[in-house]
Amino acid sequence: MSNQSFSLLFPYLIGLSAVLFTLGVIGVLARRNALIIFMSIELMLNAANLAFVAFARSFNHLDGQVFVFFVMVVAAAEVAVGLALIVTIFRTKKSTNVDDISALRG
Amino acid sequence: MSPDIIIFIVLAAIAIVCAIAMIVTRNAVHSALFLVVVMAVLAVFFLGLAGPFIAMVQVVVYAGAIMVLFLFVVMLLGAERVGARAGLRWQVPVAIALGVVLLAIAGLILFRASPTTAAARLEKASAFTTQVPGACADDVGLARASGVVQGTPCLIGDALFTTYLFPFEIVSILLLVAMVGAVVLTRQSAVAGGPRESAR
Repeated sequence: MSNQSFSLLFPYLIGLSAVLFTLGVIGVLARRNALIIFMSIELMLNAANLAFVAFARSFNHLDGQVFVFFVMVVAAAEVAVGLALIVTIFRTKKSTNVDDISALRG
Repeated sequence: MSPDIIIFIVLAAIAIVCAIAMIVTRNAVHSALFLVVVMAVLAVFFLGLAGPFIAMVQVVVYAGAIMVLFLFVVMLLGAERVGARAGLRWQVPVAIALGVVLLAIAGLILFRASPTTAAARLEKASAFTTQVPGACADDVGLARASGVVQGTPCLIGDALFTTYLFPFEIVSILLLVAMVGAVVLTRQSAVAGGPRESAR
């Protein structure tokens, strides 16, 4: 992408990032399936990554891309533990609906 | 209209439509596949935004590893259709209203920001250097010649192993902890008392 068209598109890239983040928030708020909620969190992390990369390109510096790398690692760790939790809960409750998981004691 | 702008519009439309479809569809497998499409589109954006290494990591780690893990769990649990039961009736309208409010605030901040800053920042490539003297000479030369700092594996590695060495080590410990945690949580133990007993 050339510098000229990037300068033109930069606000729209940040806007796209905001739209994707909002869709992730709506997914977390509106859906009750724990797996879909997790996918919506991934969507929010990806939207933040897009903003990071766009700003890295804007500042002509690589720090933003290094941060994207760290965000991906944290997302991978979060998914591994989160899905393990969902599997464990499913074994006892036979459900992935978050409304069914209202008791502190299993 | 330049090709860059047409590509942006098409890809942004695909990303938004697939993100909406991911939230709306009732089948969890379809949701995961729509999310894969969104991640692939973002990888193309990263390529266009001078981040070839990050784009490849996005495809391999996100669209590859993480989404395969998701699909494994969805199919393992047989939870494709869970969630058809109606919950609170006002939940979806309130969620959409709050989302619109969030988007309005984000848009307000975006449009109040100075539009000239992005162009003013683009001058820094001529002074670009690496932390290790003489490292990635080809990439640095290309950055100075073209005026765009490309996030090649060499330059990302240079930043990762010098400036960000400490966070890098902490992240490795985080991954180890996550791995041990996942193994402990999902282990089917033969010990009496189940997983809670063995996690002690």
